[in-house]
Amino acid sequence: MRADIVIVGGGPAGLAAAIAAAKEAPELSILILERDNELGGILNQCIHNGFGLHTFKEELTGPEYAERFEQQLVGHNIRYLLDTMVLNVASNQVTAVNSNDGVFTVDCGAVILCMGCRERPRGALNIPGLRPAGVFTAGTAQRLVNIEGYIPGKEVVILGSGDIGLIMARRLTLEGAKVKAVCELMPYSGGLKRNIVQCLDDFDIPLLLSHTVIDIKGKERVSSVVIAEVDGSLKPIPGTEQEIKCDTLLLSCGLIPENELSRAADIKIDPATNGPIVNESFETSVQGIFACGNVLHVHDLVDYVSEESSRAGKSAARFVKKNEIETAETKNIRIQKGSGVRYTVPCTVRIANLEDDLIIRFRSTGVFKDSYIDVQFDGEQKIHRRKQIITPGEMEQVILKREELEQCIDEITVSITEG
Amino acid sequence: MDTRELTCINCPMGCRITVVMEGAEILSVTGNNCKRGEIYAKTEVTAPVRTVTTTIKVNGGTHDRVSCKTKEPIPKDKIFEVMDVINRSVCEAPVRTGDILIPDCAGTGIPIVATKGVDNI
Repeated sequence: MRADIVIVGGGPAGLAAAIAAAKEAPELSILILERDNELGGILNQCIHNGFGLHTFKEELTGPEYAERFEQQLVGHNIRYLLDTMVLNVASNQVTAVNSNDGVFTVDCGAVILCMGCRERPRGALNIPGLRPAGVFTAGTAQRLVNIEGYIPGKEVVILGSGDIGLIMARRLTLEGAKVKAVCELMPYSGGLKRNIVQCLDDFDIPLLLSHTVIDIKGKERVSSVVIAEVDGSLKPIPGTEQEIKCDTLLLSCGLIPENELSRAADIKIDPATNGPIVNESFETSVQGIFACGNVLHVHDLVDYVSEESSRAGKSAARFVKKNEIETAETKNIRIQKGSGVRYTVPCTVRIANLEDDLIIRFRSTGVFKDSYIDVQFDGEQKIHRRKQIITPGEMEQVILKREELEQCIDEITVSITEG
Repeated sequence: MDTRELTCINCPMGCRITVVMEGAEILSVTGNNCKRGEIYAKTEVTAPVRTVTTTIKVNGGTHDRVSCKTKEPIPKDKIFEVMDVINRSVCEAPVRTGDILIPDCAGTGIPIVATKGVDNI
């Protein structure tokens, strides 16, 4: 098999990348490989609304948002294979397997990684206690309720206040379950403010900040969990334990970009994002392999995934057409994370390859109130923007104009300073 | 005078909005970044509404359930009545996105529409 661009994953990132690549270069053939039995990825189970306000200027549910993109595939030189699992990736060849074709290879000019992320499971959290049935990740519970039509339990405790956990607190309440508490290890929520209001406050579900689960009880099925308050170093405080009777524990404790294929391809991974290190064109450390969406860094809004993936798709098309200027000929500016910044995407910029503005997305290391987002070029202040509140749960961005960037020689530093 | 602090739920920006009231009269709305925020704040302090998203059972389709939503936001105190009606309803495949599955849900005057398509088996 042969395709000019192979896209690994047919979720929001893969769909947007495919469409943008096809628009940039209609003569190129594009192939999406998707392991599920339908396109759309995780959007299919995100039946709540709030998607698309940036992209379509209206509020859509996840399936509606996915459908808008799927409709755009028609009329372009884009093919897709479902129920197909990619086994190996290199810049000019992808190996995959499915029931019809067996193991097969696709020769290609470029690859775009759009594998998304997965949830941190119990095994990665080291929660003490027994191992009964009834412990689910929030996303697994979401799939059970919204796609399969099963309610995973009647009395529920949720550990972690990420958006999926908050959304599931409401979803299970609507379906008649009793959500007894949402416990968050950190002193702030990892989810969007609007979700705390409309998912917890609306239904009087308590959010217990600086609390964690220290024991899971039950032989066959969860019968209770023990929670405790934690101190500043996140250690449980003796004497604060309380036992909550429940049959289900949901875990919403963070998402990890799914980079097994990337690592096997020797792509350099940023330990801060767990995603590939990319340049302004979303190209990884391996030439011809691009990455975008949640496999690159975990996003708060799908609209940003689509926007970023469109740029990655366009870049991949330009790369295949050889319109991109080689790394050696152009200056490479580093983007440094300054104080208060956990990571930036991208990490390097080749100005000659920028078509217009550069968007730098980043997350903070903690909660900052009445602070400033600062951008420096080679140590000289360029942006000093006040921001009322910055939290790690919400992605931040700065936009730099290409002509401004021409003044920069070596490095751009993004930092958060207190007011 | 009465001051209420709200977090706007219209979009993921989550603007913090301050509403100053004198009895039932709204004196000022501040903190919102768009018109939608002002409308939200005024509705929230008088007659709060929510869009309900859930699933409905499908017969004869490739999937057993199809996702759906209230076409417009419904009064907040009607959420559980609306859920109850939806959970006792069944629709037949095929379903297309936007199809009206229940014309007037729980006396709210607002229809339930499909948010995904389900083909026949």
